[in-house]
Amino acid sequence: METPNPAATPKEGQPSSSKAIIYVCGECRQDNEMRPRDPIRCRECGYRIMYKKRTKRVVVFDGR
Amino acid sequence: MTMSTTEEMRSYVTLNEYDVDHVHSTDFPGSYHGYDDSWDFNRFRRNFWIEVTKLDDMEMEFDMVGIDAALANAFRRILLAEVPTMAADKIFIHNNTSIIQSEVLAHRLGLVPIKVDPRMFEFRQEGDEEGTDMDTVEFELKVKCTKNPNVTADLPDPYEIYKNAKVTTKQLKWIPRGNQAALHHNNPIRPVDGDILIAKLRPGQAIDLRMHCVKGLGKDHAKFSPVATASYRLLPKITLKQPVVGEQAERLARCFTPGVIGLKEDEDGNKVAYVDNARKDASSREVFRHEDLKDAVDMKKVRDHFIFSVESTGALPPNVLMCEAVKILKEKCRTFLVELDNLTKK
Repeated sequence: METPNPAATPKEGQPSSSKAIIYVCGECRQDNEMRPRDPIRCRECGYRIMYKKRTKRVVVFDGR
Repeated sequence: MTMSTTEEMRSYVTLNEYDVDHVHSTDFPGSYHGYDDSWDFNRFRRNFWIEVTKLDDMEMEFDMVGIDAALANAFRRILLAEVPTMAADKIFIHNNTSIIQSEVLAHRLGLVPIKVDPRMFEFRQEGDEEGTDMDTVEFELKVKCTKNPNVTADLPDPYEIYKNAKVTTKQLKWIPRGNQAALHHNNPIRPVDGDILIAKLRPGQAIDLRMHCVKGLGKDHAKFSPVATASYRLLPKITLKQPVVGEQAERLARCFTPGVIGLKEDEDGNKVAYVDNARKDASSREVFRHEDLKDAVDMKKVRDHFIFSVESTGALPPNVLMCEAVKILKEKCRTFLVELDNLTKK
């Protein structure tokens, strides 16, 4: 099932890029747009550990 | 004038070398032969007095005399746990890329004292998530850390080379709801202190959140407690039973808090100890460790003389807090009387 990912940034006129998701490089913090079956590798520094972005949804916490 | 033993037992707590005597109040009917200890309102009014010794926006010290420990303690406990204030309870985090976890950040924000009169607000209804302008104060915190473009040299201080490297309570922005802006025009709602550090940031990190402050009680969470501390101690009473002279007098003075024992010179030029101000004493029993001094002093405490100290967190001045505490105890008594009435009717 496709879960709605807030980090996904569908670009206009490019339906295939709807599956592109932005990941953050674990080494240089560069934003990387990645598609399924892309090599997991930072375009800037070549580091192979990538992180998902935080949800853009509001998260409620108790001030306790 | 010497007091009878009974009178002493009734009025004073005695500090001995290894124990404390007469700690309980015994002034109720039937404790002693020849004393009328039945409670009488007019007698209470004659004997009861209050004197404020220190008062400012944050702290107060006052003497409350002629009251039972049970009541003095009730006031203390009500101040701590049952006088309401407002504090951040729900934190809506839009973004937090700082190193401090959102849970911890929310907890820290909850503890920030807010300068707002809680008497102008109501408690929020249970289950209400949004709140109204009658029960909610809203704040916004929107900070992004960037490099300071004006700094070109390599400086060691991160607070120079980065903008917003420190997030403080000054950056909490009040978002007035409904008619709050007009209502609190003279006293804009804000955190009590502007220099409380909430988080530290580095370039690229940001915090973006809103918080709902609601009215609450200290017994629910300590962040709602209106006092940093509220405490009392009993007035010390120190008497010298025999003259203490010379080296012994100096040693005696060192056994107590400075200012308690004074030294004066007699006709022969000897230093003689006298009790200057027993109130200052912290009730250390150091003197009982000196074999030659311990029989010269009598350490007591006045059982019904409470030296109260109330330290506000800043939402309300301490004298107002004390009055609120008294109102709450009165209300409790009223509720109890109604309960008793209902019981007898059945």
